[in-house]
Amino acid sequence: MPEGIYCNKRPITNEDDLKALLSDTRGKKYYEEMLSLDVDREKLWDNIQKTCKSRTKTWLEVCAHCGLCADSCFLYLVNDRDPKQVPSYKIQSTLGEIIRRKGDVDNAFMLHAMEVAWSQCTCCNRCAMYCPHGIDVGVMMGYLRGLLYSQGFVPWELKIGAGMHRVYHAQMDVTTEDWVETCEWMAEEQQDEWPGLEIPIDKEDADIMYTCNAREPKHYPEDLAEAAILFRIAGENWTVPSEGWEQTSLCMFAGDWEACKMQVKHVYSAIERLRPKRVIGTECGHAHRGTVVEGPYWAGIPNGQPPAPYMHYVQWVAEALRTGKLKIDPAKRIKQPVTYQDSCNYIRNWGLADTAREILSYIVEPGYLHEMTPNREHNYCCGGGGGFNGIGRFRPQRNKALLTKRDQILSTGAKLVIAPCHNCWDAIRDLEEEYQIGITWSFLKPLLISMVIVPEHLKPKEDAEEEGEE
Amino acid sequence: MYAFLTGPMLWLSFAICIIGCGYRAVKYVQGLNWQLDRVPYGFFRGLAIAGALKSIFHWLTPYGSRSWRVKPLYAAAFFLLHIGLVLVPLFLYAHVMVVAERFGLSWPTLPGGLADTLTILALAAGVFIVLRRFALPEVRILTTAHDLWIMVISLAPLVTGFVAAHQTGENNAWLLAHIVTGEIWLIAIPFTKLSHVVLFFCSRAQIGVDFGVKRGGQHGSGIVW
Repeated sequence: MPEGIYCNKRPITNEDDLKALLSDTRGKKYYEEMLSLDVDREKLWDNIQKTCKSRTKTWLEVCAHCGLCADSCFLYLVNDRDPKQVPSYKIQSTLGEIIRRKGDVDNAFMLHAMEVAWSQCTCCNRCAMYCPHGIDVGVMMGYLRGLLYSQGFVPWELKIGAGMHRVYHAQMDVTTEDWVETCEWMAEEQQDEWPGLEIPIDKEDADIMYTCNAREPKHYPEDLAEAAILFRIAGENWTVPSEGWEQTSLCMFAGDWEACKMQVKHVYSAIERLRPKRVIGTECGHAHRGTVVEGPYWAGIPNGQPPAPYMHYVQWVAEALRTGKLKIDPAKRIKQPVTYQDSCNYIRNWGLADTAREILSYIVEPGYLHEMTPNREHNYCCGGGGGFNGIGRFRPQRNKALLTKRDQILSTGAKLVIAPCHNCWDAIRDLEEEYQIGITWSFLKPLLISMVIVPEHLKPKEDAEEEGEE
Repeated sequence: MYAFLTGPMLWLSFAICIIGCGYRAVKYVQGLNWQLDRVPYGFFRGLAIAGALKSIFHWLTPYGSRSWRVKPLYAAAFFLLHIGLVLVPLFLYAHVMVVAERFGLSWPTLPGGLADTLTILALAAGVFIVLRRFALPEVRILTTAHDLWIMVISLAPLVTGFVAAHQTGENNAWLLAHIVTGEIWLIAIPFTKLSHVVLFFCSRAQIGVDFGVKRGGQHGSGIVW
């Protein structure tokens, strides 16, 4: 069977196809069909000839086979130093082999390559820092994912995720109406505690346009309320767009480059429409990578800069603390052993290690911060990056991968893990569920709200009076 | 025979090596693509140049990168091998004398004892690297025949040169062998993994620009060494 009903080379482009694929619980039929999905060898080789240029070719060719990348890879270490988990081996035996064979590979090969691309690499890019030639296997795995996606060999959840972006411009089925309603609902619900709280939609020429992760309106709308509260306390002139609010890119995990371009252009068109001075994204690593770090190239912007300066949430928080827009009550600072999860996407791959530490210097009582080893740019992936968290088929491998982070956290002795990244946050939640080490984990927003000094004029009337009476 | 090997053949070997390396470098740069590589080539030039130079410098400095520091033994072998293969031939008295006789050019040379020591250390490092390939499972799985061939091609001129230098009498077979293996080495450079002679600089500069401009460089970090 060349193409299946569920598993085929066509991207999902309409709601009906998306619902049909979703109805195939856990992708049972999808993966069955994948077993007989044909490889279009000619198209594969043609694609490679057009897109595999000197950087990738040189990386594959010049690799000295020295093995220095082995110890840099947490998946190699956590899988009992299995030689098949050496980054160089993983890419040479998949992408390298496809190129050596000029695309002449079969179904079994592609199934194996899919497993390697999505369960043996989280595209954390740590190996790039340890290779004498500067070979970045994470980048090449991303490229391999694109080739596999174009041939229909992609995990079920990511085919759906990419389809969601194509259909809803969001990783989940959150429509414009759903989004606008959620914003209104969240603002309304907070009125008792935060009178006058607003989530301004489509305000032109604001200082800040805020973008988020569709999981927030869909599953944790309070995160949106918290963002609004913090912007209000900081006195920011901000807005959210009615369209183009979704910053994430499951299509990036899937290797669906066309959908990546569509998604990021959607966000950029909101920036162009509303003309904010700058854009601030939520506490998400891959959303930042998709929209700020890689996005400009998908959108065809040669200098690599989004249409307006685009910051990660930690940059805004650090700035607000530094400038006194947010003031922390010293009595409420964190006074329990705490550690910080460095997200690969904006720490290693965007240089915000110091920014994160600046925040910690305000919110953690001195002496209570216990850094992981290694940390900052050298930190290990949470264990669930690059889409790994969301793929049911590779759940056992993902759970094993979580052991690295579990042990890193355990050896800090921390009871609280600050994780301003959705993927990291999920991975740490899952590792607690799986291994029960007695930790809690948090985004920055709830922590900040619990310790920020609220200016008198923003407090509810009764509260202010009560405090006045005391 | 000797005249041919030290005349036209030597010229040809150098020409193949230099033109071949130049070709590899030009093709590399021509094949860079800002959109596919997702690196803003041509923009933020100051950061790009700084990133590229740092990227090369930290890896050419013994223990200048974290990777060298966490693998001190391998790093030692790496530097000893490369010193023996690159620096020793350039500053060897016998080589400089040949150049001086032919072209009247000369430059400072290494004391003979030091050159001998560095050559032996380079050979030992090469043997260590080969043994390591078989001893460590994570390196064994990567090893191909090509990796072994290029080590043979690289070490052969050192062995033959060392013996030739310490020969007494008129027998110049070792000297001939040294010249032949040296020429094979030069010719092999552009066509094998030895092309890293030039592609190392290309690849390191590229990742230096990537991190130095796009991945963190604009916030003052880039790759952290």
